[in-house]
Amino acid sequence: MPDHVELRRGAYYDSVSLMQVSRTVASAPGVEAAQVAMATDLNTDVIRGMGFTVPDDAGTNDLIVAIRGDEAAMEAGRAALESALADLKNAGAQSGGFGEAPPRRTLGGAIDASQANLALISVPGQHATVEALDAIHRGVSVMLFSDNVSVDDEIRLKDAAAAADVLVMGPDCGTAVVGGVALGFANAVRPGSVGIVAASGTGAQQVMCLLDAAGVGMSHCLGVGGRDMSAQVQGRSTRQALAALAADEATTSVVVVSKPPAAEVLADMQSYAAGLGVPVHWATLGAGRPDLTAAVEAALRADGHPVPEWPSWTTDQEPAAAGALRGLFCGGTLADEAMLIASEQLGGIRSNIPLSPELALGDDLRHDSHVVIDFGDDGMTQGRAHPMIDPSLRLERIATEAKDPTCGVLLLDLVLGYGAHQDPADELADAVRAARATAREAGRDLPVVVSLTGVENDPQGLERCATTLQQAGASVFLSNAQATRHALSLLTAQEH
Amino acid sequence: MTSTPLRGLLSADVSVATAGVSLFADALRSQAVPVTETAWQPPLDGTSADLSVVLADPRREEANAEAFRRMTAAGADLVDVRPASEALGLEKGTFLHAGPPIEWERASGPLKGALIGAMLFEGLADTAEEAEARLAKGDGITLEPCHHRDAVGPMAGVVSPSMWMYELRDEAHDGTSWCSLNEGLGKVLRYGAYGPEVVDRLHWMNSVLGPLLQQAVRKAGPIDVKAIIAQMLQMGDEGHNRNRAGSLMLLRELLPALITADGSSDDIAEAVRFSGANEHFFLNLGMPACKLATMAAHGIPGSSVVTTMARNGTDFGIRVSGTGDEWFTGPANTPEGLFLGSYGPEDANPDIGDSAITETAGIGGFAMAAAPAIVRFVGGDVPFALRATQTMYEITVGEHTAYQVPILEFRGTPTGIDVAAVARTGILPQINTGMAGRVAGTGQVGAGLVTPPEQCFTGALRALASRAGG
Repeated sequence: MPDHVELRRGAYYDSVSLMQVSRTVASAPGVEAAQVAMATDLNTDVIRGMGFTVPDDAGTNDLIVAIRGDEAAMEAGRAALESALADLKNAGAQSGGFGEAPPRRTLGGAIDASQANLALISVPGQHATVEALDAIHRGVSVMLFSDNVSVDDEIRLKDAAAAADVLVMGPDCGTAVVGGVALGFANAVRPGSVGIVAASGTGAQQVMCLLDAAGVGMSHCLGVGGRDMSAQVQGRSTRQALAALAADEATTSVVVVSKPPAAEVLADMQSYAAGLGVPVHWATLGAGRPDLTAAVEAALRADGHPVPEWPSWTTDQEPAAAGALRGLFCGGTLADEAMLIASEQLGGIRSNIPLSPELALGDDLRHDSHVVIDFGDDGMTQGRAHPMIDPSLRLERIATEAKDPTCGVLLLDLVLGYGAHQDPADELADAVRAARATAREAGRDLPVVVSLTGVENDPQGLERCATTLQQAGASVFLSNAQATRHALSLLTAQEH
Repeated sequence: MTSTPLRGLLSADVSVATAGVSLFADALRSQAVPVTETAWQPPLDGTSADLSVVLADPRREEANAEAFRRMTAAGADLVDVRPASEALGLEKGTFLHAGPPIEWERASGPLKGALIGAMLFEGLADTAEEAEARLAKGDGITLEPCHHRDAVGPMAGVVSPSMWMYELRDEAHDGTSWCSLNEGLGKVLRYGAYGPEVVDRLHWMNSVLGPLLQQAVRKAGPIDVKAIIAQMLQMGDEGHNRNRAGSLMLLRELLPALITADGSSDDIAEAVRFSGANEHFFLNLGMPACKLATMAAHGIPGSSVVTTMARNGTDFGIRVSGTGDEWFTGPANTPEGLFLGSYGPEDANPDIGDSAITETAGIGGFAMAAAPAIVRFVGGDVPFALRATQTMYEITVGEHTAYQVPILEFRGTPTGIDVAAVARTGILPQINTGMAGRVAGTGQVGAGLVTPPEQCFTGALRALASRAGG
């Protein structure tokens, strides 16, 4: 097999580039062995080691080309060599600049790069604590949308935050508005002077939308997470949020919204709030306590505002002939409120977030009697987006209820605003229409009531969504309490 | 409490950093709020629980800051050149090697080859077969990592008592480290070759080069090696696989004293030629300089900063500031890159050498952006080099105060690898390296890029968590 060895004078390439050229030439068709290198002692040794004869006059500044193969291979090898060397010369000219810096991979890195003063975390819960600590250590307040964060981690984060004088809004905090900026799920309510402390996302949205409907605007809504007023967490974030709103010039009164809190924590918070020098109203749900609508009405009166008639878009619906209440909710607090109101008339309501443990639903979430399901509960969102983003699970359940003769009245919620599904009303209206048709085919009439939380300025538009649902045959209420009572009226009518 | 609670958040213009669902970032942008999104991805498997403990360790932040301060403040002066027996008290039959501890049976081809060569060099065996038999039997033979003696060795890193060592001092932290003299490229002991030309070269280095360098260093020294590293990064070197500028600058420092040393003009000329022809002449000074920096940062309780990355050709091992002298090991990966002559990937041995100390201290692969000429090792382009360095900022605690990258507007190199950040991001340290032949006696077969195995970092994180949890 013939060898080709050639010296090229005055052609300098760096050794690394030449290693690549060698590889290109060696892989040309038919080439058995090839090496292209500057003729240094090391390289000439390597080339001799491959069995080539190196000319005696080869110097370290010469390019040595060694190719082994038949005539055709030699031609292919030399062509590959010329094109590889030409590529080396052209590479610089074709370079597309230096490229963009890679994106930051940790929240801490993103904060360092941007000097952000607020962090929004929605990574899976088991990874959220680590990201939140990044923000806290940098003196940045955190909205922690992630759920499935342990109580121990929550307490650890909140203690670290208090020490750093920053706020942890969450975990499982869906709603916050800071200085007019909506984080997560929030409504485009008018600016104003009422501050909200929210241990509940949809509860806070309900309250801010009712206030807006009454012509009263909001300064900030600080989320604290659904467990903040529990006996374990002891209102750690609520205390900080109250103090911050009390010190805020734009805020003249405060409403605290919460799912049923621990009684001693509520008492503790109320005595703390009493010393802050700003009126604090309590929209904290619980048996025997006012519902959210009543609490907002009380707050309006106390602040000297008139209480309006809450908007509704009703249709004439026949009361259900038979069957039970089926409440299918995306908002946990709206579900809680509906259960508190309904159980006064209906007794125990089965649920995945039951008011008392014996009312818990089985894994199939089915029961013949009164049922309220929170599709946004932790247990339902593992590995899945929140139903306010991905409504498919609830839409399936609406279709199932339509076929179920024990379903007397459907009570649904729909929450508008930033973060929520961009066009939720059309999809829900289709489901309502289909459900009513299914029931009708089975000889039933299925009344549907929707609790619609939103304001006109929301991206989805309150009025448009309300009329879309109304045209599908549903009765629509801005007040969740009123929606629930309306559903009850359709249900209890059957018993007369 | 300050006069405006929550650091004035309620009266400030809001700027948001997000991690997670991009829907929320979009919603903020639609409100014209400045948003910076994190390119978040889940941490390495099984590290969540340990991460939340380690990141909440109240000592960690200050401990890492202190580790970074010491690492960057450490000096590195070349003060002497002398035999290992004298410098390290190394006794006949004791051999130092690269990487974490290993016994002969598990040693890789190049490490075995280098040990055989060292046995021949020390006169402990007459033939390779005899050397191998004695090493396998183990009588009177002790193998010990260089790192256990505050030394470092490139590739196989084998040091025997008669070999001459550079001695470097960190006066700021009273540290001393050592490294052998570089033999050049090709068939050399550190790549596992042990033929007659290898052993002959070692004898020449012992009888001629070592003593001449000793005279030169004692006369010209101390030589500020840290200053040379800072300069070479601005001249296209990264200090691990490219040492051209550094080698010339070192030679410039040594030449006046070297050419007037007490020795024959032939010997001096050969010493100068040998050193000048060796593009990696400087590597064996850059490495101990980096060793001094990482030694200074070692032993700080609560610190998650890596202070050693080293490979013995079988295992990759790391040590961490806050976990003492414990090694966390995993099987060494095989580098990817380009090959000499007709060698190919099947000829390459897994990753070997203490030279990853350069990346540990913030140069080498971490400074690749400073050495654009090196990128063709991976078939990449100049933006690749820039990205490599910029990505390393994600896993390091700070930016070096002396080592800078001109093309990144003289940004300091990413320095101080944080075990927790590696686990969080899944980004593994980028190491530039040479490749040794798999079979003992082969020598160098190529050069390329490699990363450590994940388990070194998950293991170290577990240890940090158990110490923090107490």
